[in-house]
Amino acid sequence: MSDPQFVETQYFTFGQAPNELVLKSGVKLGPVTLAYETYGQLNADKSNAILIFHALTGDAHAAGCHKDTKNTGWWNPMIGLGKAFDTNKYFIICVNCLGGCKGSTGPSSVNPATGKPYGLSFPVITIEDMVVSQKYLIDHLGIKKLLAASGGSMGGLMALEWSVRFPDTLQSAILIATNYKHTAQQIALHEVARQAIMSDPNWNKGDYYGKELPAQGMAVSRMIGHITYMSEKSMEEKFGRKLQGKEKVGYDFSHDFEVENYLKYRGASFVQRFDANSYLYLSKALDYFDLSEDTDLAGAFKGVKTKFLIITFTSDWLYPSYQSKDIVKAMKTNNVDVSFIEIDTNYGHDSFLVEIEGQSKLVSHFLNNVK
Amino acid sequence: MTMRIDHKYILEMIKPDSRVLDLGCGDGELLSLLMKQKNCHASGIEIDEKAIYKCVERGVSVSHGDIDSSLADYSDKRFDYVVLNESLQEVLDPEKVIAEALRVGKKVIVGIPNFCNLNARLQIFFLGRVPVTQGLPYKWYNTPNLRFLSIKDFRDFCAERSITIERECAIAGQQEVPFARNLFSEIAIFLISRSSK
Repeated sequence: MSDPQFVETQYFTFGQAPNELVLKSGVKLGPVTLAYETYGQLNADKSNAILIFHALTGDAHAAGCHKDTKNTGWWNPMIGLGKAFDTNKYFIICVNCLGGCKGSTGPSSVNPATGKPYGLSFPVITIEDMVVSQKYLIDHLGIKKLLAASGGSMGGLMALEWSVRFPDTLQSAILIATNYKHTAQQIALHEVARQAIMSDPNWNKGDYYGKELPAQGMAVSRMIGHITYMSEKSMEEKFGRKLQGKEKVGYDFSHDFEVENYLKYRGASFVQRFDANSYLYLSKALDYFDLSEDTDLAGAFKGVKTKFLIITFTSDWLYPSYQSKDIVKAMKTNNVDVSFIEIDTNYGHDSFLVEIEGQSKLVSHFLNNVK
Repeated sequence: MTMRIDHKYILEMIKPDSRVLDLGCGDGELLSLLMKQKNCHASGIEIDEKAIYKCVERGVSVSHGDIDSSLADYSDKRFDYVVLNESLQEVLDPEKVIAEALRVGKKVIVGIPNFCNLNARLQIFFLGRVPVTQGLPYKWYNTPNLRFLSIKDFRDFCAERSITIERECAIAGQQEVPFARNLFSEIAIFLISRSSK
């Protein structure tokens, strides 16, 4: 058996009054529950733990087959026995981020003070808050130092934030298809997705729990997302101008092209598996993040001892390589040990989920050399 | 595995525990040797994606990029040595790259193929064709080399710019060439520096 079989999600709750989690905004939030999964065994001196961070709409179920849902984890090809994150050697932890909707406290959670879902009364959270909340879990597990932290896209931002916020607790970090602040274009794309949700009448200012869901808004926001996760070339290869179930175009506004049908399907399935308010909060957290807001970027890495591997993809236009190169440059200014590679691939931003062969070699070899 | 002759001489030039940057480090063989045998803090720049995988496997820190633009990332005298072995002839702007290497490194090690060795000269003279030798195995249409220079050319280059050649090592086959170096050697390795103004 090469995969962790029948994994289950665990829960950790902290921040009971008066020890609530203090958010970056100054607002207090508590109690906070984090859903997490672990794979492999924590060794005796607790030195083999690796924290995996998921992307915007991911969850704690990174690997194996889930006991209840029978779903396979979102990074299953990378995590397991003999895989890049080898569960023979390492103890892997993946946490559903704060603000998410897959078991961790977020806008769809019930506010204990009111007995109703938070909705828009949930405080605005940041990448920093997500990282700080996960530090509570790592402390709870008795882990003083992580062997590595890794993630793609939003997960990469969290790994990056951890490296500068808790530099003494992290030996190495693998940042994939990520950046250190969102550009105007990235914020703009998120804003279109948010507006799609918020202009759906069913969104009802975030108060839709137990009622009709803002399905149309969610579908449109997901369609935009999917376009940005692919590249022009991968879309052309996958769909081209192929028609969906017909010989010639219909000269009407029904779906003619396969790509239209694909986006419609992706959009429709999204509303079933994700919470609209969580999408708003998490995308906003991404937009707010800026590692260079208090200092120049180089200043952020002063004294950082973590060893880094940074991976980008040539066709990723959502998180283009130059943003990671800026991070590499800032790290070099501070004598930080960093390796950087831009993998040549057509899969766009999604590459971190599908371009397994190259990433596996890099990750397994890099981890072998972390001492 | 026997050590490459050029790596052997470069290793001799580098003091233990140094900070070394290898420009065009390939699969990281030299850097790996420097880490193991000289306890150096070694890192590299390499343009070839496949070579980067090998570097990471060897535990060598490497950045994917081209030499011409990568040196701007480093502050002055960051490295004890900057190595440009078998890569100078492939860069777009060698003059700028050497100046930059001397800025970020206290000393620079340059390894060049000698385009004017006897074999090459004979081929030009008798065959009337651009030479193809063991050290220069390419035809004019597929060579990665953009610059063609000899030992004398490089000496002149340094002299014109007040760059000190601290050591010069000329090699043919597996041996150092003691005399008539520009005629007999296939490669040459220079240890250069610029005295501080």
